Amino acid sequence: MEVALALIAGLLVAAGSYLMMSGKLLPYLFGLTMISNAANLLIFAGGRLTYAEPPLVAVGDKTVVGAANALPQALILTAIVIGFGLLVFSLCLAYRAYFVLGTVRMDDMRDAEPMTAPRTEDTGEART
Amino acid sequence: MLLFWPLVIPFFTAVLVLLAYRSLALQRAISLIGALALLGSALRLLLHVLSNGPVAAQAGGWPAPFGITFVADLFSAILVTLTGIIAVCVIVFARAEVTPAEERHGYHALVHGLLTGVVGAFLTGDLFNLYVWFEVMLISSFGLLVIGGGRLQLDGAVKYAGLNLIGTVAFISGVGLLYGATGALNMADLHGRLLGREMEVPIMASAAFLIFAFASKAALFPLFFWLPASYHTPNVATSALFAALLTKVGVYALLRVFTLVYDIDGTPIQTLLLWLAVLSMIAGGLGALTQPSIRRVLGFGVITSVGSMILGLAIGTPLAILGGVFYMLQDIVAKATLFLGAGGARRIAGSETFAEAGGIWRASPWFSGLFLLGALSFSGIPPFSGFWAKFTLIRATLDTGDHLLTAIVLATGFLTLFAMARVWGAMFWSSHPRGDAACSGRPPLAMVAPVILLTGLLLLVGLRPEPVLDAAAAIAASLIDPAAYVAAVGLELP
Repeated sequence: MEVALALIAGLLVAAGSYLMMSGKLLPYLFGLTMISNAANLLIFAGGRLTYAEPPLVAVGDKTVVGAANALPQALILTAIVIGFGLLVFSLCLAYRAYFVLGTVRMDDMRDAEPMTAPRTEDTGEART
Repeated sequence: MLLFWPLVIPFFTAVLVLLAYRSLALQRAISLIGALALLGSALRLLLHVLSNGPVAAQAGGWPAPFGITFVADLFSAILVTLTGIIAVCVIVFARAEVTPAEERHGYHALVHGLLTGVVGAFLTGDLFNLYVWFEVMLISSFGLLVIGGGRLQLDGAVKYAGLNLIGTVAFISGVGLLYGATGALNMADLHGRLLGREMEVPIMASAAFLIFAFASKAALFPLFFWLPASYHTPNVATSALFAALLTKVGVYALLRVFTLVYDIDGTPIQTLLLWLAVLSMIAGGLGALTQPSIRRVLGFGVITSVGSMILGLAIGTPLAILGGVFYMLQDIVAKATLFLGAGGARRIAGSETFAEAGGIWRASPWFSGLFLLGALSFSGIPPFSGFWAKFTLIRATLDTGDHLLTAIVLATGFLTLFAMARVWGAMFWSSHPRGDAACSGRPPLAMVAPVILLTGLLLLVGLRPEPVLDAAAAIAASLIDPAAYVAAVGLELP
């Protein structure tokens, strides 16, 4: 089971990284979502994976033995909720940015840090 | 309960401000009272910690390490107090800077949301809880950054959000790996469990994730690009709030986690941090020289300062950590002073771009003098607070015998002075390109008063540095040997 999760997480990171390197805003966000899901799987696997093992304390025992740890699952829930909030904001931001800046290519978003035109005496020879 | 007031006050202020959305006057009043109450509760906490040592509180009465622990040692208490001071100054300044439209879109609620996140990050003793506070801070800062929605702001926000979201994923991955390897999230508990396990692969991997996350929040060398792309785009009050507090939370997390949780002495982590610090100082120093407007120069100045603070952590001797902590404490005030001063200068000259501004010295010598004091302090000129920060760091590098580091600290100071001289020459001393009559007399009182207060603090610390240096020494000692911190949480060292 751990192996399967590791493979899926690796696949998600690979696909997510590929999308994030596209240079466009929307694929970037989708890729980021994939990678954050891979992170969630990582935490999930960190808390032991057991099949059909209810977390009940047996008579005479003091702690649960053998069942999966519930805390990482709670952490994932929190991370999913926070991730949703951030994703919704980012999608709105991407929409507004496209609306106002007229592009989804991040390389073309140069308003905050405009590229100053090269000075002629510096580049006169390099251009010819 | 003493410990929860600084958290509860900004949170409820944010809620009350939202409830009062119909009346701007009421919003402003609640916001200012909330900031003053935050400062008051922080001072009470600081006094308590000064006389009684570190205090801890367990949320819901669950004893550590099972529940979420909040801890205030001297470091946290001083940082929360500084947060209160910055909050009051920024909200007063906002009266003259933030437009009513921005206020109606929730400026005050977002500021107090941000303050909640910052205070929570300073006070929490739990690694996952730290992640949650980082997110509270992050989502509020997103809102503040895009409020008003101009072209520049949206462009800056895309870069800011894009890079900070990667840091978020790295943070949660690091926390997950660390929990999987140790079964603990409480930082004081982790301290005991990790003793002697630093070189194990899962521990090292989690440290790498966490360094990436904190370094991207703190704007360390290869991960700083979001900062100069975004800090000059929102209104000046927001820039000052970000510059004073946001990167410092990243620095705080590095200082806390890589002393309390991981023992980095002699590990590859220490070497990595040293490189990141040195390269940040050089990149920030050189970057500041080429920028065409005042806030973009100061943005690179933030990167230089963060590098200097982390240099203290990376060297790791008590004196070096003292230097890093002292640098951090005074830099919170210094960066707020400079950014708010830049706002006043922009108001006088009508622009913050060097090509379109000038003549401020003739229009308002008083205000120019104020800005000069802040700029000289940032450059490390005696008798200002920045001098003592650089002095202790240089002393620490001399003690280690690595003179290349000394040279780099000195060179960064020189580059900073040069960048500040460039700002001074272009904005203050040269005449205005449209004639000096283009400058409007003096900035409003709401802009000048916070700058005077903060500059006064810088001067006071510069002239009487002993109490702050002593506090920084005590903080450095408690970071190196966290026995008192662990005991306050209610755990025992193995």
